[in-house]
Amino acid sequence: MSQAGGEGAAYAVEAHGVAKRFGRITALHHVDLDVPRGGVTALFGHNGAGKTTFLRIAAGLMRPTSGSLRVAGLDARKEQAAIRGHLGVVSHELFLYGDLTALENLRFYGRLYRVADLEARCAEVLTRVDLIHRANSRARHFSRGMAQRLAIARAFLHRPDILLLDEPYTGLDQRAVATLNELIEGFREAHHTVLLTTHDHHLGFTMATDIAILRRGEVIHHTPAAALSRTEFDALYEASLQ
Amino acid sequence: MVFLHQLFTIFMKDLRLEWRTREAMSAMLLFALLVLVIFNFAFNPDRELVLLIGPGILWVAFTFAGVLGLNRAFAAEQENGCLAGVLLTPMDRGAIYLGKWLANLLFTLVAEAILLPFFVLFFNLELTHEIPLLLLVCLLGTIGFTAVGTLLAAISANTRLREVMLPVLLFPIIVPVIVGAVESTGLILNQQTEGLAGFIRMLALYDVIFLVTSTLLFDFVLEE
Amino acid sequence: MRIEPLHTAANVAAVVAWGAILGALYMVFQYVPMERTMGNVQRIFYFHVPSAMVSFLAFFICFLASVAYLITRRRGLDIAAAAAAEIGVVFCSVVLITGPIWAKPIWGIWWTWDARLTTTLVLWLIYVAYLMLRAYLPEGARRANLAAVVGILGFLDVPIVYMSIRWWRTQHPAPVIMGGKGSGLAPDMALTFRVCMVAILCLFVALLLRRIVVELLQDEVDHLYREADVAPPERG
Repeated sequence: MSQAGGEGAAYAVEAHGVAKRFGRITALHHVDLDVPRGGVTALFGHNGAGKTTFLRIAAGLMRPTSGSLRVAGLDARKEQAAIRGHLGVVSHELFLYGDLTALENLRFYGRLYRVADLEARCAEVLTRVDLIHRANSRARHFSRGMAQRLAIARAFLHRPDILLLDEPYTGLDQRAVATLNELIEGFREAHHTVLLTTHDHHLGFTMATDIAILRRGEVIHHTPAAALSRTEFDALYEASLQ
Repeated sequence: MVFLHQLFTIFMKDLRLEWRTREAMSAMLLFALLVLVIFNFAFNPDRELVLLIGPGILWVAFTFAGVLGLNRAFAAEQENGCLAGVLLTPMDRGAIYLGKWLANLLFTLVAEAILLPFFVLFFNLELTHEIPLLLLVCLLGTIGFTAVGTLLAAISANTRLREVMLPVLLFPIIVPVIVGAVESTGLILNQQTEGLAGFIRMLALYDVIFLVTSTLLFDFVLEE
Repeated sequence: MRIEPLHTAANVAAVVAWGAILGALYMVFQYVPMERTMGNVQRIFYFHVPSAMVSFLAFFICFLASVAYLITRRRGLDIAAAAAAEIGVVFCSVVLITGPIWAKPIWGIWWTWDARLTTTLVLWLIYVAYLMLRAYLPEGARRANLAAVVGILGFLDVPIVYMSIRWWRTQHPAPVIMGGKGSGLAPDMALTFRVCMVAILCLFVALLLRRIVVELLQDEVDHLYREADVAPPERG
């Protein structure tokens, strides 16, 4: 999957003037953001700043009203189907069918993603999130933490090279946090891309290689994390809440 | 090929879910059975009256039960945001519609197949060579209301009060199906053939028009 | 931006409608002679039939706007479809109320399930459901999409409903009642009818444009609030 498409592009996500508005509702004002390939970009912002909306647009779940968007080097308006194979998404919604077993959930999504070696891949992925012993239990009977690990497994089942994480740490238990950290670490080592939103500025700052701050649907700062000291970043973040 | 594979994956997933829970089937069957029983008390029909109002009772039972099944169809997709999860995969939107429609069609047809003997039994009908025609009418009528119903269920799943919204949207639009199915069933039970071909043709026409339109429009229902 | 010309057009239509309605009232109740067989109650005809035609026109506009909306995704078309459906339901209600009042003294019954009546009733039900759907959905692009789909589906259904009821009627013959509405109207009756048609049509156009303008202005107000960095007030 990850070999297809514009591998040569320098940016995993290129958004220019991306907006979502309809009548009196403006969900996203105007976002310009280039997410570099091979890094971990953290998108900070207040509740309602448009983080989730932007991520949903990048994931192809929402159609932007205006602006241009390229994901994995592909035009989001024309090559949506090709883009989807590159993306792995984790959000607060689990995307799991409660009455299917862990394995059946993965098999179902794996078929839709057209994963080649499906059975082996499912076993491999379940082992990595430490759920292989519960492969044949229904997702409904899982604890919150186990279900979250299964949701993470679902997200990287099809070997995506761009990971979109919407407030991924909210409500996670310790094992799920460890699983997620391993996944992000693995992506970093493979020079794949992670774009995550968070309002936890401590956690976000420590793991990010790039930092973007969103305020009222606009990117007001975007810098490599190394260019900022912790205190400088805190000041910027505080200012964005005004 | 890919399209059919996706369609089949969705269809099998719905079948498996239903097999696990049997929620839709049991609700549909019990409800439809109740309709038959209640109508029996309401009209206390003799043989002649049964031939007159029986077809109407049967299709009220079928369509009301069908609505229950259709409402369930998108309830599982709404839980945990599964529909969004499916939309994240590189799959054709039309395959989602057709897969879910086929699953709904199958559930409704199975429920009808179980109900028909009860209908015959409760109202003391004698059916022999009419059965194939009757089954054809059931198939055409059910295709019609599940085709529109699947699309409208996807729409009403977004609303508050979705259990109410679906029948309010669905019933006016399926008036032709109800008219056609009830009339054909009546003609068949009364062993008349005059006008029957016209109604069957009308049902088939309705099925084609709304299956095609619904497939085309489903894309817009999913988009945000 | 494009609100101004619409506003002007709405005003012009309203003024014309005013004049035409006054003229129509005069003609219906003073100028036109009493119909010989039906008596005074026949005067309902001059409002009933134009209302029916205008409601069909409104639903057709809703259909066209829905199709155009799905192609262009313009907010204005979503507003137009909703406004047309709202006003269409109002005129359709007028038809369904005046119809039985006219029918009772003439046919001796309030209602009959003939193709025209039944189709009108089904049409009313479809568009009431359309408005209910809009009311139950949160505002936004999602609502516009879903409503447009129902707007299209509902209108495509109309000819099939009409045809199916016609077929149904051949199986269950009803007393023949319709004399064909326009057949052989006397010249002064035809003139009165035309004036009424113009009056109702102008009223419809005025209401439709006004409704669209109000909605666009509300968008504009919210936009201004946003520019001024103030949260817009809650709206019911």
